[in-house]
Amino acid sequence: MEVDQMQRQCLDYTKSLFLEGFLDGQFVQLQQLQDENNHDFVVEVVSLFFEDSERLLNDLTFALDQKSIDFKKVDAHVHQLKGSSSSIGAQRVKNCCIEFRNFCEEQNIDACLSCLQQVKQEYCHVKNKLETLIRLEQQIVAAGGSIPTMEF
Amino acid sequence: MESCNCIDPQVPADDLLMKYQYISDFFIALAYFSIPLELIYFVKKSAVFPYRWVLVQFGAFIVLCGATHLINLWTFRIHSRTVAVVMTTAKVLTAVVSCATALMLVHIIPDLLSVKTRELFLKNKAAELDREMGLIRTQEETGRHVRMLTHEIRSTLDRHTILKTTLVELGRTLALEECALWMPTRTGLELQLSYTLRQQNPVGYTVPIHLPVINQVFSSNRAVKISPNCPVARLRPYAGQYMPGPVVAVRVPLLHLSNFQIYDWPEVSTRSYALMVLMLPSDSARQWHVHELELVEVVADQVAVALSHAAILEESMRARDQLMEQNVALDLARREAETAIRARNDFLAVMNHEMRTPMHAVIALSSLLQETDLTAEQRLMVETILKSSNLLATLINDVLDLSRLEDGSLQLETATFNLHSLFREVLNLIRPVASVKKLSLTSHLASDLPMHVIGDEKRLMQTILNVVGNAVKFSKKGCISITASIAKPESFRDARIPDFLPVPNDSHFYLQVQVEDSGSGINPQDIPKLFTKFAQNQSLITRNPAGSGLGLAICRRFVNLMEGHIWIESEGIGKGCTVTFIVKLGITDRSNDFKPPSLPKVLGNHGSTNFTRLKVLVMDDNGVSRSVTKGLLMHLGCDVTTASSSDECLRVVSLEHEVVFMDVCTGLDGYELAVRIHEKFLKHQDRPLIVALTGNTKKVTKENYMRVGMDGLILKPVSVDKMRGVLSELLERRVLFETV
Repeated sequence: MEVDQMQRQCLDYTKSLFLEGFLDGQFVQLQQLQDENNHDFVVEVVSLFFEDSERLLNDLTFALDQKSIDFKKVDAHVHQLKGSSSSIGAQRVKNCCIEFRNFCEEQNIDACLSCLQQVKQEYCHVKNKLETLIRLEQQIVAAGGSIPTMEF
Repeated sequence: MESCNCIDPQVPADDLLMKYQYISDFFIALAYFSIPLELIYFVKKSAVFPYRWVLVQFGAFIVLCGATHLINLWTFRIHSRTVAVVMTTAKVLTAVVSCATALMLVHIIPDLLSVKTRELFLKNKAAELDREMGLIRTQEETGRHVRMLTHEIRSTLDRHTILKTTLVELGRTLALEECALWMPTRTGLELQLSYTLRQQNPVGYTVPIHLPVINQVFSSNRAVKISPNCPVARLRPYAGQYMPGPVVAVRVPLLHLSNFQIYDWPEVSTRSYALMVLMLPSDSARQWHVHELELVEVVADQVAVALSHAAILEESMRARDQLMEQNVALDLARREAETAIRARNDFLAVMNHEMRTPMHAVIALSSLLQETDLTAEQRLMVETILKSSNLLATLINDVLDLSRLEDGSLQLETATFNLHSLFREVLNLIRPVASVKKLSLTSHLASDLPMHVIGDEKRLMQTILNVVGNAVKFSKKGCISITASIAKPESFRDARIPDFLPVPNDSHFYLQVQVEDSGSGINPQDIPKLFTKFAQNQSLITRNPAGSGLGLAICRRFVNLMEGHIWIESEGIGKGCTVTFIVKLGITDRSNDFKPPSLPKVLGNHGSTNFTRLKVLVMDDNGVSRSVTKGLLMHLGCDVTTASSSDECLRVVSLEHEVVFMDVCTGLDGYELAVRIHEKFLKHQDRPLIVALTGNTKKVTKENYMRVGMDGLILKPVSVDKMRGVLSELLERRVLFETV
């Protein structure tokens, strides 16, 4: 495939992610930080995010599975997840986390469980999207082009 | 005593006669001898008789007389010379003594008589003293009765008990047949029988208050004897056969609290009295004694005082109950108000957060866009977008501000800014919109307006924009003119705002801005409502559904904060309107001291400040967030060390680091860390600057941060430009607190 085509495809894809609300401005900031000194900044951060989130989601599932739920702990985990997702710009995950935190405060077990499901879902979505995007970008780089920046 | 012819011729006498003489003389002698014996006996008995000497004399006299008569017994017959001699001696002696006695008696008899007088006198005195003693005893009795009565009366604070006790005790003390109390009715025109001694529940007799007998009693403060036949005394059918007992009536002043505020004891100011009527038992011969009347008067006074105390106590209890009720109600109201405020604050906080998120996306993306290659036209467009979104961000802040305005906690910022360029910006912003609506926009700045002034630029711009924006909004055609000048005191002759006199001086002047439009105008009656929050003219709403109605209310608040006034004039519908406002601004003549305006939230500093080799330390316990911040700082050229916990941070931090960025989303750990860092570098001059990164937008944290010694506070999310600006300002000023 031509580099131009690939670049256009990549751009469109990125745009769609923004339009659909998967990512927000923060992600753009991250992309900006990637320069000659820091080739793989975005990839690094994104993988870190994946690791972190998976660990947190496991912890959350475990904590909510207990007979007597320690809501403080759950809240702490959700807080971490919210922090990570907002740092990377995963908007939907972040919003889910905010809701989750409210339910934690109310100590509403059922709502928490359903929130957890939602968070997991959103995370899976965004993970797929990000992986696709990274793959596209890597393809472009491999083909000798540069990663396109967003233009209006 | 028969004449004693003791020297007789010796002639033989008649025998019978001689015999009788003989016997009589004998008895006389006997009597004469016995009298002194009696005297001696009785004198011995009585110790006080002062004239013993007289008695002795008298005794001697009598003894001698007796002796003489005795000796006379022998002289009836022929007697010897011895007898004659003895007789003579006796007679001589007797003569001497009796003369002496007679002489003595002249002195003594008056004395004796006066003794008698003195005795009489003393007896009288004794009788008098007796009488007085009796009186004193009676008085003391009375006093005791009064004290006892008073004690009984004053031992209770209940009005009924007081009155009942009075009647009972009086009845007992004075042994009354009947005792009654008449109280004035509410109307004050009648006296009603309220309490009696014997009857348990007196029927409500009333008598009019203006009877002469009642007036008589009320006009004197003494107990007055009244006729038993008068209406107040006819309390029960009298059972006696003769006359009903004497009746006495006394007034009982009913005192009010106000009476005690005069300097003297209330004597003249009381107006209402009750009447106490006391009846002695009928058929007894008793009369009212003075001491009894006095007792009654004293009791009446005491009762008055006791009653007033009871009344005062009742009042104060009632007042206290009322106050307690009010307290409870107020407490409830306060709690409700607090709940409402908290609900509102929560709402605002949430809304604020939700509104910021897309705002930041727009601002971030537009600022990014600015950095790319654009044509000049595109660049202009992007700059306008950026400016507008900044304004919008400011507006969002001001929704917060409005609530703070109402709390009174908003403070204006003061900084130097360029007035002329402010107006230019306003015009630039409005011109596109105005030209779309085909409105012409003119502005005129007075030539004596200073270039640089001191004030709150952001809010002044907001006010002007709001006013001009309204003018544009509500005009469909015509032109809009903006005039800015220095306010002159003469222009307030029409006393629109009576107390306002804008007097300029060396440090301040008053800026007057007038915006005229030729649009739809406003009904003069509606003008006051315009400044009310959220109230919009109905007709205006139908024309322009946008706008929340907050604008003018906020403007007015700002103008008031800037010690000015704002008002609208309009001739009527369709005749356009003029909005004028005056604000106070500071003058500065040191225009070379001109500082750049305080950084708006995200407008970056496009300067080429080089942060290479700036050593910074980033502390964040969230891995992703930490690497993002690290990447950001590395992109700007800093030398970044990271720490993932407070302890690690403390271990790693050194004097080489110029800035420490710490994430304090988790709250208090940040504070403690700051304190510890301070402690670590207490002795060193150039400790690292401590900056907190937080997503928490509560205002109160700024003071907390400053208290623990943080030098800066930035809100997440942070864009590249923001970080650049933050670093440069931080290094220049050594402090940066981003307004929340």
